[in-house]
Amino acid sequence: MRSRAPQLLVAAVGILLVLTAFVPRPAPGAGNAWQGFFAYIDENFSVWFNIMAVFAFGLGAASLLGVHGGRVRRRGRDWPYSLATLLAFGVTLLVGLLKLGGPPGLTGDPADSASILGRIFAAVVSPLQASMFALLAFFVASASYRAFRVRTREASALLAAALVILIGRTPFGSALTQWLPEPLAFLRLERLSLWIVQVPNLAGQRAIMIGIALGVVAMSLRLILGLERGVLGKERP
Amino acid sequence: MAGWFEQANWNLALFTLILGGVLLASIRAALRGRVPRVRVLPGVAAMAEAVGRAVEMGRPVFFVPGTRDLDNVQTVAGLAVLGELAALTARLECRLEVLTDRSLVMAAAREAGRAAYLAAGRPETWRDDSVSYVSDDQFGFVARVDGLIARERPATCFWLGAFSAESLLLAEAGSQIGAIQIAGTAERSQLPFFIAACDYTLIGEELFAASACLTGDPALLGTLRGQDLGKAVAGGALLLGSLLATAAALTHWPFIVKLQSALQRLFSAGGP
Repeated sequence: MRSRAPQLLVAAVGILLVLTAFVPRPAPGAGNAWQGFFAYIDENFSVWFNIMAVFAFGLGAASLLGVHGGRVRRRGRDWPYSLATLLAFGVTLLVGLLKLGGPPGLTGDPADSASILGRIFAAVVSPLQASMFALLAFFVASASYRAFRVRTREASALLAAALVILIGRTPFGSALTQWLPEPLAFLRLERLSLWIVQVPNLAGQRAIMIGIALGVVAMSLRLILGLERGVLGKERP
Repeated sequence: MAGWFEQANWNLALFTLILGGVLLASIRAALRGRVPRVRVLPGVAAMAEAVGRAVEMGRPVFFVPGTRDLDNVQTVAGLAVLGELAALTARLECRLEVLTDRSLVMAAAREAGRAAYLAAGRPETWRDDSVSYVSDDQFGFVARVDGLIARERPATCFWLGAFSAESLLLAEAGSQIGAIQIAGTAERSQLPFFIAACDYTLIGEELFAASACLTGDPALLGTLRGQDLGKAVAGGALLLGSLLATAAALTHWPFIVKLQSALQRLFSAGGP
């Protein structure tokens, strides 16, 4: 029963959510009970999921405290980093819960720009996020270098297409092939770059998209039918 | 009937019924012994080898089931692969580290891991803290995972699920320490990054097929046949639509124009 109950719940919720796409949405205050039921499910399901996620947040916090608290206690490897994590977690939680420096009361926004939590976000969290995001520029360069190394025919084609798109999207690229006569205008870099994006690239993307859509349907059916073992911690045969 | 069924979605209902019917028939046929032959996905075939390498090197295997919550089907597909992978790490006595950025995903990953270790006959080696929660914050999560990669130097990294801008930040960190990396996502915008930075990438639908290929379960493999039939129908419709559109543009024959617009209506979202 322990493994059957979650499975039955998944199946029931899955079928109900599929059905919501095919039941008419009534105008406010109108419609029959059938429509009202499915409209209610459709509107509230994401709210229920969020409520569940809030309860699960306790599990996440317990995991974080367990992993880092244990390391600090044992003075394990890199324990000062764990201590910094615990301190950051504790301080942020405390100033957020107490709404220090911000508008008080239940309706007061804990992340108000005048509050300490707001200031922590503006002065610490945002710059740190921006720094991590900025790393992307260097990683894009190193990944591109590897991808564009001309070792195979496919890599050569990729490199050629990338060069055409990169140069074709700049004023320099446009000026470079402006001299081509009208009958050969399709070879101008800006047009060639547009063609690559809109024809072969889009065709590939659509093929992937069709595959993904069918994969999602098949995966959902597998979950509804309980064929996908292991996801719910179900025992295997 | 008007109050019970959204008539604007008749075509969506039709395709749902057809596709559902084809998938169910394929599952039934597979359970009766007509198991389809599935081409070997290089990324799936390399999983055992990648875990074996981690065992030889005495280093851990890192697994990230995407960066979305449990209501995303890609996360579920990632967790389905995790179940099979955890059974493998249990048998080979390899250290598995699962890093999550959502508490619900962490809870589900723990259940999947525990069940896999139990099924592999090694429940005593399972540790709940093999699966840890890092942070809901996108770049906070990346900072922790990249830091762990630099310090722990895992032999193998699995990135299977839905990813956003963090995909390259994670995969490049793994690439720089020389880890074997197997990625899979149905996020089209992130696929090029994984392809550039990882050794193997499961592209789109391959992510959803991975657990079927790993388990070899006939019912799961049956759904792959159903998917292929769906693709054949989509390909046929695309071809027919292209031919009709070309013929309509060239000839302007009313019959062909009507046929083309009927086909277009059939595939229009939100009904005709």
